[in-house]
Amino acid sequence: MSNTLLNGSKPLETELDRPLYTPIKRRSFFMYAGATAGATALVLAGCSKSDSTPGTVNVGSGDPGVLNYAYALEQLEAAFYTQVRTGTYYTGSTITAAEKSILDDLYYHEVIHRDFFKAAIIGAGATPIQALTPDFSSIDFNSRTSVLGAAKAFEDLGVAAYNGAGQYIASAQYLYIAGKIVSVEARHAAIIRDLVAEGTFVGNDVLTLTSANNSAVTTNNSPANSSLERAMSPREVVNVANTYLAAGSKLDVTSLM
Amino acid sequence: MNFFQILSEIEQVDPEVYGRLDSRRSIFKNMAGLGQKLSAAALPLAVGAIFNKAYAQTPVGAGVNDVLNFALKLEYLESYFYNLRPSSLFNANNRAALDLITTDETNHVKFLRDTITALGGTLIAVPATTGVFDYTAKGNFPTVFTDQSTYLTVAQAFEDTGVRAYKGAAPLVMGNKTVLTAALNIHSVEARHASQLRAMRRALATTGTPAPSQGIAVAPYNAAPKSWVSGTDSATANTTRATASNVYGSGVNTNAPTGITFESEANVTQGNLVLSGTTITSAASFPASAFSEAFDEGLDVGTVAAIANTFSVTGTYFN
Repeated sequence: MSNTLLNGSKPLETELDRPLYTPIKRRSFFMYAGATAGATALVLAGCSKSDSTPGTVNVGSGDPGVLNYAYALEQLEAAFYTQVRTGTYYTGSTITAAEKSILDDLYYHEVIHRDFFKAAIIGAGATPIQALTPDFSSIDFNSRTSVLGAAKAFEDLGVAAYNGAGQYIASAQYLYIAGKIVSVEARHAAIIRDLVAEGTFVGNDVLTLTSANNSAVTTNNSPANSSLERAMSPREVVNVANTYLAAGSKLDVTSLM
Repeated sequence: MNFFQILSEIEQVDPEVYGRLDSRRSIFKNMAGLGQKLSAAALPLAVGAIFNKAYAQTPVGAGVNDVLNFALKLEYLESYFYNLRPSSLFNANNRAALDLITTDETNHVKFLRDTITALGGTLIAVPATTGVFDYTAKGNFPTVFTDQSTYLTVAQAFEDTGVRAYKGAAPLVMGNKTVLTAALNIHSVEARHASQLRAMRRALATTGTPAPSQGIAVAPYNAAPKSWVSGTDSATANTTRATASNVYGSGVNTNAPTGITFESEANVTQGNLVLSGTTITSAASFPASAFSEAFDEGLDVGTVAAIANTFSVTGTYFN
């Protein structure tokens, strides 16, 4: 980061520099630097630890990158189920014993997944990504419909994400561990979908029933009438996941694929 | 007879032979354990036993084609079972769910056949619809086609075993990204099925027989189970599943890829971490069962075959 920006003096504008930053007055700089959600992107040359879009969280590459990608998604799920417990759908009188027990287990499982990945990343000698800030502003935690609809979205997304990530894992051990988690997420997805509407544990939105899958990564795809899960590439997953992550916490998976 | 000459000749056709025998050190240990008392005549038998043990658990020449054909056999077991369902046995919710599962398993059979063909592999023959599978498991489930609850119990065992089988096989096909992703994409569907069947059994066991989503799980979970596997679902070995083997028990690690072990579903050690409220402080107040529930466990091909063979008329279809 150029010190001339902080000093407020007019920054050098050479031919090389010009595309890399927008000259900005000192007071304006601190205003933008202090802003959180909604801040316009401030291009700071050379500030990122990695070559990623500024303001995003790059999960990295290789197996540690995949572990961090999974860690990010589990953070999102754990944060969601944690917040569910504070809303009046969960705390109120209309929730059934079955639903409460299911949401309890989902909370336990996702927190365990999240913290397991953090430990696994450290154990692998890599650096876990930061604690992410979610954006659940589109979810009404006092509404059964809204909570279960979001839970369904998260669980189905998690299954698609794990299935589409397996191909990027080099270690058989990590692949096996990912396999142990994804089937639990699929069990979650099935019962949540039943809570939304009985008998929708599978459907064309998540399996290739009446139509083929159309991921940009062709290994994820299977034809119509094959009843395979619709796997999604990391890019496709974060396009969705990032709508639930605040600015500064949005994921960058470009080094993974 | 030169033992080491035998080994190096086997190595020409099976480069993995030393891995299968665990390590050269344990070969010597095995030989020493057989005792200096063995006569020259007895030694060939002992040597043979070592190789039999090494190869018994893995289909000969195991590769992608064999894994896919093994998966196909399991899908036939399931698809024939579901296509034989007596619809009148089930309440409306269960009938509708079973219709969906039947379609999926029929689709999986076709998908795997098409995939093996596309890979230029050798397909197993289509099994006959009678005389190959015995869904009573030699009389252990006499009411499988006459009692709704029994049928769903056997179905759950098939789906949970299928999940464990695909999970254990994934590392075996990871060299082919297309096959790996397809296997994962079937694996998660089997898990959705398993979750649903457990919910259906839960509902049947709940007062008033509510819809599946509203069934209440009751420990020890073998009769009114959660949608996920909780420990081994029972305080003791789960003999209601299959008599010869325990669907939720441990497998055999002899030929497992390095660092992979096939534990019982009660396992709480993942990677090098023993999961508990102490090692995961955020989970300090969580029930102990959560740690095993959060992870499913895979099984080796041999153990899956043993479970599936309890439903084989000859007892050997899955070998």
